[in-house]
Amino acid sequence: MAAPAQAPNQPIIRVKDVEVVLNDRKILNKLTLDVKRGEVLGFVGGSGQGKTVLMRTIIGLLPKVSGIIEVFGVDLDKASEQERHAVERRWGVLFQQGALFSSLTCIQNVQFPMREYLNLSPRLMDEIAIAKLEMVGLKADVRDKYPAELSGGMIKRVALARALALDPEIVFLDEPTSGLDPIGAGDFDELIRTLQQTLGLTVYMVTHDLDSLHAICDRIAVLSDGKVIVEGNMDVMLACDHPWVKEYFRGKRSRAAGMAHHRANDLVAS
Amino acid sequence: MSEALLTTVARGDRLELAAAGAWTVDCASDLETLVDAAVAQAKSVKSVAINMANVERLDTFGAWLLERLVRDFSTDGRGIDVVGLPPRYNDLVHEAQQSNRKQPEAPSEDIVDTAAMLLRRAGRMFLRDITLTVQLFGQLVMAILRIARNPRTFRFTSMVHHLDRVGWRAVPIVLLITFLIGCIIAQQSLFHFRKFGADVYVVDMVGILVLREIGVLIVAVMIAGRSGSSYTAELGSMKMREEIDALQTMGLDPVEVLILPRILALVIALPALSFLGSMAALYGGGMVCWLYGGMSPEIFLSRLQEAISLDHFEVGISKAPFMALIIGIIASVEGLAVKGSAESLGLQTTASVVKSIFLVIVLDGIFAMFFAAIGK
Repeated sequence: MAAPAQAPNQPIIRVKDVEVVLNDRKILNKLTLDVKRGEVLGFVGGSGQGKTVLMRTIIGLLPKVSGIIEVFGVDLDKASEQERHAVERRWGVLFQQGALFSSLTCIQNVQFPMREYLNLSPRLMDEIAIAKLEMVGLKADVRDKYPAELSGGMIKRVALARALALDPEIVFLDEPTSGLDPIGAGDFDELIRTLQQTLGLTVYMVTHDLDSLHAICDRIAVLSDGKVIVEGNMDVMLACDHPWVKEYFRGKRSRAAGMAHHRANDLVAS
Repeated sequence: MSEALLTTVARGDRLELAAAGAWTVDCASDLETLVDAAVAQAKSVKSVAINMANVERLDTFGAWLLERLVRDFSTDGRGIDVVGLPPRYNDLVHEAQQSNRKQPEAPSEDIVDTAAMLLRRAGRMFLRDITLTVQLFGQLVMAILRIARNPRTFRFTSMVHHLDRVGWRAVPIVLLITFLIGCIIAQQSLFHFRKFGADVYVVDMVGILVLREIGVLIVAVMIAGRSGSSYTAELGSMKMREEIDALQTMGLDPVEVLILPRILALVIALPALSFLGSMAALYGGGMVCWLYGGMSPEIFLSRLQEAISLDHFEVGISKAPFMALIIGIIASVEGLAVKGSAESLGLQTTASVVKSIFLVIVLDGIFAMFFAAIGK
């Protein structure tokens, strides 16, 4: 698979003037967003503002009315079917509910993309799938369990292992920590950070979780009224004067999350 | 291109490997072949060195294959040196070193063992089925006793609703199918009895067979497929969505609220449907005798009156409530056995239909022996 030549400082995902209309309602209005290679981007916004819609539009599950989406420098509208498949192989998606195939065991779920795309020996597939399951912090003995036998946190981990099955360059995470208890969510954040550093991933994360934003995001983009109203790191967010951003990042809950994070940093420092 | 990924040079009893290019997912298949070949080649050498300096890219697949190479070489205490690994891949290789440490237990290959295991499992499932069925029957009896003491708690509306679904709405299809079965029996008997000049006994054949056996059996099999399956699917999806657990935590007995009205509806509906079905089958038989056999309806009716007695009808219809009970209990047991996945819902629904049809036929056989023994 010849990766298209791309300058290292070029954005890995480029979204330009994208408009999406659902049920006669304009959800995204001329939205523009770049994601850089190797960063963790947190995408936040109020409920129903269209965070998930943008993610689903980028990965091609929702149609857009106008605008350009480029991933790895390939314009997905103009790409041939083969080029699209090549791009799809280089990203992994973690859906909000995990979306594991309920009729397959954990190891079969992780092997599914390998089986479809690669021609590997069964031994290598088993070994790699177990390595992936262990990487996301599961024990090898979950291999033959069905998704129905797993807890919510484990389902998310298996789903992450499946998203990572083909060693993608980008992973899309749709609310990875929703439905997890705070300790589980913290572990999951740490896991994403570790994997991102180990595998050199670019992470596009839709989230509500202030702790995740503090802990692992390099950059944050805020969606409101169909547009990205502000993007930058946490300091930019705290300095922003938009009322929603102010409420979100400087409200009661966020102060608690920020303080906890700073305390943790101080502890590490001392 | 795959040649360049891994080159091997033997120097005396030392093997030198040089890795190059992209050790990534796209080349994983070629790479595995190369790694296995290198391991096979190195059987006789004392030490091995692998130079990773020229590797351009490395991902989990490459890192794991490197780790597999290292492990395969070092099994019998030989040394292996990995040199020149670009530092940016240290984390990844470290991660690969941690994985696949615990060998999973290999599934038993012994045919006898496997067969014994399968038999044991089948035995356990059979025992489980019997236990659950008896248990549910017990719960039903308890629920009925509770209701007998306090009749106002009975879910009458629910029962009427189910009676409508499994009884009233099943009437057209039951009539149609039993009518056709009656036609077929009459036609076949006519065809063969005519050879012996015994045309008139066709009426005995149709009358006795339909009233004693076929009427109730066909209707029970149809209801097992039509209503048993829907009971299982309903209860199963309620189980999946934790609705049954919710009922229980509110202090209500799911057997009393959900299962009893359904089974009672079946117990009422099946005899009624059997009666209608038997009549339709007799009607079909009479039609065929008239149109195909040239036997006028008057003769058919008078012969029928001589051939059958109330006993035959009683034998047939008395089996219906028991068959309904079996269908209802099996459907409920299977419904409650559904686990979280969509697949398990499908499996249990199939099991419900298969088991209830099987048991309906077994029950019919037992009744046949019973009635023969008491001389009816």
